[in-house]
Amino acid sequence: MNALKNKKNIGAVLGEYGAFIALALLVIVLSIIEPSFRTPSNLMSLLRQASFNGLIAFGMTLVILSDGIDLSVGSVFALSAIICAELLMSGMNAVLAVLIALIAGTLLGAISGLLVTKGRLQPFIATLITMTAYRGVAKIITEGKPISQLAGNASGGDFFFKAMGKGNVLLFETVKIPIPAIVLVVAFLIVYFILTKTTFGRRIYATGSNAKCAKLVGVNTNKIKIACYSISGFLAALAGLLMISRLDSAQPTLGDGYELDAIAAVALGGTSMSGGRGKVTGTIAGVLIIAVLNNGLNIMNVSSYYQEVIKAIVILVAVLSDSKR
Amino acid sequence: MNIEMRGIDKSFGSNQVLKDAGFLLKDGEVHALMGENGAGKSTLMKILTGVYTKDAGTIYVDGQEVSYKNPQEAEKAGIVFIYQELNVLFDLTVEENLFMGKEITKKFGVCDKKAMRAKAQEIMDRMGVKIPVNAVMSDLSVGQQQMVEICKALMVDAKVIIMDEPTAALTQSETEALFEVMNALRKKGVSIVYISHRMEEIFELCDRITILRDGQYIGTRNICDITMDDVVQMMIGREIGERFPKRESSIGEEVLRVEGLSHEKLFRDVNFSVRAGEVLGVSGLMGAGRTEIMQAIFGNLPVVSGKIFIEGKEVSIKNPRQAIAAGIGFITEDRKTEGLLLEKSIAENIELANLNKVSKRSVLSRKQGAELVKRGIEEFRIKCFGPEHECGNLSGGNQQKVVLAKWIYTDPKILILDEPTRGVDIGAKKEIYNVINEMAAKGVAVIMVSSELPEVLGMSDRIMVVHEGHITGIIDAEGADQAKVMTLATGGCLA
Ligand SMILES: Nc1ncnc2c1ncn2[C@@H]1O[C@H](COP(=O)(O)OP(=O)(O)OP(=O)(O)O)[C@@H](O)[C@H]1O
Ligand SMILES: [Mg+2]
Repeated sequence: MNALKNKKNIGAVLGEYGAFIALALLVIVLSIIEPSFRTPSNLMSLLRQASFNGLIAFGMTLVILSDGIDLSVGSVFALSAIICAELLMSGMNAVLAVLIALIAGTLLGAISGLLVTKGRLQPFIATLITMTAYRGVAKIITEGKPISQLAGNASGGDFFFKAMGKGNVLLFETVKIPIPAIVLVVAFLIVYFILTKTTFGRRIYATGSNAKCAKLVGVNTNKIKIACYSISGFLAALAGLLMISRLDSAQPTLGDGYELDAIAAVALGGTSMSGGRGKVTGTIAGVLIIAVLNNGLNIMNVSSYYQEVIKAIVILVAVLSDSKR
Repeated sequence: MNIEMRGIDKSFGSNQVLKDAGFLLKDGEVHALMGENGAGKSTLMKILTGVYTKDAGTIYVDGQEVSYKNPQEAEKAGIVFIYQELNVLFDLTVEENLFMGKEITKKFGVCDKKAMRAKAQEIMDRMGVKIPVNAVMSDLSVGQQQMVEICKALMVDAKVIIMDEPTAALTQSETEALFEVMNALRKKGVSIVYISHRMEEIFELCDRITILRDGQYIGTRNICDITMDDVVQMMIGREIGERFPKRESSIGEEVLRVEGLSHEKLFRDVNFSVRAGEVLGVSGLMGAGRTEIMQAIFGNLPVVSGKIFIEGKEVSIKNPRQAIAAGIGFITEDRKTEGLLLEKSIAENIELANLNKVSKRSVLSRKQGAELVKRGIEEFRIKCFGPEHECGNLSGGNQQKVVLAKWIYTDPKILILDEPTRGVDIGAKKEIYNVINEMAAKGVAVIMVSSELPEVLGMSDRIMVVHEGHITGIIDAEGADQAKVMTLATGGCLA
C-alpha cells in the first residue's frame, strides 16, 4: 500500500517537474563536457536568446490553454517589427514608435481571435490565414528589403530603443543581465499570476476544458479567446521589438518558423494541446531546454543538420515521459 | 452463465473503494445491484469486465477462475457492459456505432452496408426504437443515445449483460420496451446485472438483489422476501423517513413570467409563471421540448418570439450571462457535457460558477474559495478525497451534487433544475429534495423538469405538462395523479 503510494508520488513528481528535471540534466551534462558552456557570459547570452522564444511561448501557452493554437506569432513578430522600423525611419520618437508597434501587434492577435470566435474558423486555419497575410503585408511594406540603422533615425528616445534589446543590468557589479531576460522574467511573473491567481485565468482553463459548460456558468468564452490571442500578439510584437533593437535593423523575414519553437516549448512543458490543462512554469522549462540545446550544440560545433534531429529526439523523449499525457 | 466474485479489493491511489466485496450471479436471472452513490457498484462491474484490475480477490465464471484483461476479452466470453457514462462516438451514425469493430464485411474487408443496415434495423425494431439508422449520434437526445447503446449490447450474443443505470435517461415507453426485451432475454437464459436507483423498477423486474455499502458486501436477498424499506435500511444503514420531505414555504409574488415564447420548430407559444417560494414541476415525454424551453429561458437557445418578465420587469436574455445576471440558475440535464468540467477538480468547478464570490477585483482569494468549496462538500455530503478530487472520477450521483452546489451558491432568484435526480441514490435524492425545499423556503422560484412522475407529483406545487412543444396543461399538484399527468403528456384533454 505504502509502496504503491510512493510510486504514484514519484510519477506525479516526474509529471509535474519532468521538464525541469530534463533541463537540470542537460545543464549538468553540458557543463561537464563543455566548460565554456558554464561561463557567465555564455549563460547570459543564452538567456538573451531564450527571451525571444520565451515571450512568444507564454502567449502560445495562453492560446493553447483556451483550446486554440496561434500559428501567426512569427508573422506578428515580423510585421510589428517592420511597423516600428518604418515609424523610426520616418523620424518618430522611439518610445512612441515602440508603443504603436505593440498596440499593432495586439490588434493583429485580436484579428486572429475574431476569426476564430466570430468567424467560427478553426484556430489552425484562422491563424494559418493571418500568418500568411501578415507576412505578406510585411513584405509589401518593405518591398522585401531590410531596413537598417533604426536607432540613428529616431527623433529622440534612441537610448531607450537601443537599451531594450542590447542593454544589460549589472548585478553584484559582475554579472551583466541582459534586459530581454529581465523582460522575460517580468512577463513570466505576470502570466503566472494571471493563470493561477485571477478569475481571468480560471476562465481560460474553463474555456479550454469544456467551452459548453463554461458558457453555461456565464463565461464569455469568445471574449476569453480573443483576449488570449491578443495577449499572444502583444507578446510576439514585444519579442520582435527586442529583436530589432538588438540587430538595429529589421527585415520582413524575421521570426520565420518561430511559431514552431514556441509550440515545442509549450508541449515540452506538458501543456495539453487540446486545452484546459497545463502551466506556464512548464513552458518556461521548455523554453530553457530548447535554448540550452541550441546553445550547447552550437558551442560543441555540432552541424546544424544534426542539431535539428537531436532537438526532435529530446522533445520526443520529454513528451513521452510526461506521465499526464 | 453464472459468475461469482469473491473478496474483491480495489483502491484508487490511497482511497479504497472496494473492501472484500462479493457478488453471485445465477443463470438466467435479473440481479439488481444497489447501493448509494459511490458505493462501488460500477467499479465492481468494471473489475469483472477487465476495465479495472483488482487489487485482491477472485472471479469465477461457470466455476472456472478468470481474469479478463480488457472489456474485449470479457465480451468474447459473452459478458457485455452497457456503461453508465455513455460510450458513443458522437460524430458517427447510429449504424456505424452499432457495428463499430464488428462490421459485416464482404471480400477484401469491404463493408457490407446492406447487411449491416438490415441487421441494425431488425434490432432497433425489436427494441421498438424509432431512430433512423443513418442519424448522426450527436443529433440524438441522451435517451436515444442510451437506446442505441442498449441495441449495441444486443448485437452481441451475450450470456451476461450488465446494465449500469440504463433507464436514467429513458422515457416511460422506452423503459417499458427495455423491460420487455429484458424479460425475453431472461427466458432465453441470459443473466442480467441491473444497476439502478429506481426502487420501483427493481421490484418490478428483478429476481434477486445484492447490496453494497461503502465498498462492502452487505447481503443478497430474493426480491419477494424483502420490502423497499429493508433495501433502504441495508443501503444506508439507517431509516430515511418520508421520501418527499414536506416544505415549509409560503408562496409569494410572481418572480418569472414567460409570454408567447416560440422556437422555430421545437416549441410554440409557451406561457407560464412561477412565484417566489413555489416549485413548478414540468412533466412530459422525452423529446416534448421541456429541456429546450428551459434552455431558451436561460438564453442558450435562440427563440423567434416571446417575452420574459422577472419580478414584473421585461428582461432581454440573449445568452447565459444575461440570464445569470437576471438571477437565473440552471442545472442542465446533461452533467457530463454541460454541467461539469470533468477533468477539473471539485473546487475549480464550484468556484467557476462563483468567481465573483471567491475573488476581489478579479484576483482569487484562496481563503474564500476554500471555504466555499468546503461548505459545498459538507452540505451536500459529496463523497470524495477532498476539494482536489477530479470530477470525472466521482460517482455519478456525486457529480450531480457538485453541479447543484455550484449553482446554489450563486444565490439565484429563479432556479431551473433539469432532471436534478437522474442517477442519484435514494438518500442523496432526499438531500436534493431538501435543498429544493430550502431554496423555496428562502423565496426562490423553482422550476423542476423531471421524467420521474412520482417525483414531480411529490415535490411540486403546480405541474406544467408539455406535449410536442405545446403546454397542454398546468394543474395543481393537489389532486393530480399519474393518470392525469400522463393524459396531458400524451396530448389528451382532462375532462
Ligand atoms: N478512476 C477512478 N479514479 C479515482 N477514483 C475513482 C475512479 N473511479 C471511481 N472512483 C471512486 O470510487 C468510488 C466508487 O465509484 P463507483 O463509480 O463505483 O460508484 P457507484 O456505486 O457506481 O456510484 P453511482 O451510483 O453514483 O454511479 C467513488 O468514491 C469514486 O469517486
Ligand atoms: Mg455507477
